[in-house]
Amino acid sequence: MPAGTLYRGREGMWSWVAHRVTGVLIFFFLFVHVLDTALVRVSPEAYDNVVATYKTPIVALLEYGLVAAILFHALNGLRVIAVDFWSKGPRYQKQMLWTVMGIWVVLMIGALYPILGHAVREVFGS
Amino acid sequence: MSTTEKSAASGIGPVEGAGETAYSVDNPAPYIEAPRQRTKKTPKSTRGNFEMAAWLFMRLSGIVLVVLVIGHLLIQLVLDGGVSKIGFAFVAGRWASPWWQTWDLAMLWLAMLHGANGLRTVINDYAERPNTRLWLKGLLYTATVFTILLGTLVIFTFDPNIR
Repeated sequence: MPAGTLYRGREGMWSWVAHRVTGVLIFFFLFVHVLDTALVRVSPEAYDNVVATYKTPIVALLEYGLVAAILFHALNGLRVIAVDFWSKGPRYQKQMLWTVMGIWVVLMIGALYPILGHAVREVFGS
Repeated sequence: MSTTEKSAASGIGPVEGAGETAYSVDNPAPYIEAPRQRTKKTPKSTRGNFEMAAWLFMRLSGIVLVVLVIGHLLIQLVLDGGVSKIGFAFVAGRWASPWWQTWDLAMLWLAMLHGANGLRTVINDYAERPNTRLWLKGLLYTATVFTILLGTLVIFTFDPNIR
């Protein structure tokens, strides 16, 4: 592994890859999400029917994944802005990535109960 | 061309000669014109600054989207019983307020344009054949315009008494 280069499998490259992958995933969900919300113009029943699938345990897991992707993309996006606009940004890009990952882990633990609580109760009973 | 001749004329000595210093206070480095210096004779650029504007837009919209989207996630998935409270009545309640209508409209436009520009970059990076790029980007722009217009229409024409 060559060291000292910017894009050879180190933090810089992997955060870039993760930023791309999460961005594309979020964008595809956004299409679906605008379409399902558009059902409020069809009828209340059509909308409530589709939203009912969002409340199932499996989709709750997907929602947790969506939140994971969005939070990483948001936090790492702020890091990218800092690298671009803050004079010391490039020097601290690695430290900033680990800060991002730390905040991300804390937020994901905090999101466990609100997003997956109802799914756990449904699967394992009350 | 002329700069090469000029610098040759100003006498840069053999580089390997350690004893002969080419430059000193009395013999400063020759002035070399910047290769792409814009002068009055330079024709006006036919390209705009689109890529720079797109780069800046990603950062500015990104900052706004962090606030809009994380607020949206908090309201929809975390507060007041999370996803289980969502339904037609909940949407009707929120879109009764111009504040949340504006919030959702701004989120729709910024997120769609931010995502579309991101995917445009991805297509430019990985689709190598001109035809593939053309079709993928055509599909992307069509889907983006359709989704933005549909979402905008839904927010503006929402009718809580549809039934």
